[in-house]
Amino acid sequence: MAQNQKMSVQVQDGKLRADPSFLGKILGSVAYGESVTFIKQQDPWVYVSAKGGQLSGWIHNSALSEKEIVLRSGSADVAKTASQKEVALAGKGFNADVEKEFKTRNPKLNFEWVDRMEKFVVSDEEIRRFIKEGTLSPQGGAS
Amino acid sequence: MSRNTRRLFLKTAARWTAAIGAGSLMPAVLTGCIEQVAKVGGALGASTGLITQQNADSLVKTTQAVSRTFEDITPEQEYYIGRSIGAVILGKYPPYNDSAANQYVNRLGQTLSRFSDMPDTFAGYHFLIQDTPEINALAAPGGLIFVTRGILGCCPHETSVAAVLAHEIGHVQAKHGLRAIQKSRITDALLIIGAEGAKTLGGQNLANLTQLFEGTITDITQTMINSGYSRSYEFEADQSAIKIMRRVGYNPEGLVDMLQTMKSKLVANRPDFASTHPNPVDRIAEIETTLGSSTPVKEAKERQARFQAALKTA
Repeated sequence: MAQNQKMSVQVQDGKLRADPSFLGKILGSVAYGESVTFIKQQDPWVYVSAKGGQLSGWIHNSALSEKEIVLRSGSADVAKTASQKEVALAGKGFNADVEKEFKTRNPKLNFEWVDRMEKFVVSDEEIRRFIKEGTLSPQGGAS
Repeated sequence: MSRNTRRLFLKTAARWTAAIGAGSLMPAVLTGCIEQVAKVGGALGASTGLITQQNADSLVKTTQAVSRTFEDITPEQEYYIGRSIGAVILGKYPPYNDSAANQYVNRLGQTLSRFSDMPDTFAGYHFLIQDTPEINALAAPGGLIFVTRGILGCCPHETSVAAVLAHEIGHVQAKHGLRAIQKSRITDALLIIGAEGAKTLGGQNLANLTQLFEGTITDITQTMINSGYSRSYEFEADQSAIKIMRRVGYNPEGLVDMLQTMKSKLVANRPDFASTHPNPVDRIAEIETTLGSSTPVKEAKERQARFQAALKTA
């Protein structure tokens, strides 16, 4: 990875942290498709700057793609970037519209519980408590 | 039919079903060179006035730019595939609606997932218990993970529950589900997505994509639920479980403890897990080779207390 190389956030809600750890303090969020700039790495963590340099912090490399993620397809962006080898079109392909159509064709499938499952979110604070109360000692420390 | 013959039969049957499904969608173009097809598509679209020349060019370029393996499925699309796989899994067994028990497996599972090789997925990892005595655990692409009351009943302590969840996280991070998708289907989907980039090709795209999506869901569920992953994928997921457990601070012998209990509980009339996974004895042998001489699990009392409190009714 070269310094100043652009990368894209490929998860819905990326977090930039103060330390290269999931238990590091969250400094701010980066959204899907947002471009960030590589500064340094400590594998598997990457230190990036975002929002024109206003925010920087550590993010796990699984949240980043070297592909440019184009949010608006059908626009001039696509014609411009499609010739580049590495491009992903956000919101294209298997998306919410396809899921809706699929649901119509398969009305008995239980998406209600899939939606409920997605709301089972455990915060960093809860994870820290879970580790501490369970007297667990993760590699790399718990804080 | 022996187990191996049955598995082979199921796999062959699935392949045929899938091939027939795909054949009805794009008869002549399936085996063609992708770039050739894109050029034909581009020329047709431009000459019939459906899309502008500029968009036709972009369609050709986009299609050339993509290759056709499961690795080209973006995390966003993996997420939508995973949601539908989850809905199919929920059709197999109902959810176990106990919030304390589900909260516990989510605290444990989401802690483990943060120490995996793929902690960030598009919308994160989420866990759910299913209300059946059948011994099973399934992971949908993207991180929706399901464990049955039956498999939790094989866990004498939290460390073994951690082993079950970490094994499933192993399947997610290695994208074993996506690897079951037929290559031709990925090629076709990427073609349509390329065309969609040109935007003006009309609503037929949605119908075609949905049909491909259905085929994709069938590919994965046939493999995951009916025939089972290959032995090598199961062994790989066990190895990932060992790594993840060590990183969090769990004794990986918890996986062996679970498999020992499972071995004694697997019975002929509940064949699901037995027919889709290698024999627990083989898995234990493989795991012991990795672990070497290790100490048995001595569960901390704090962990045993919360494990029993959360799963006492599960």
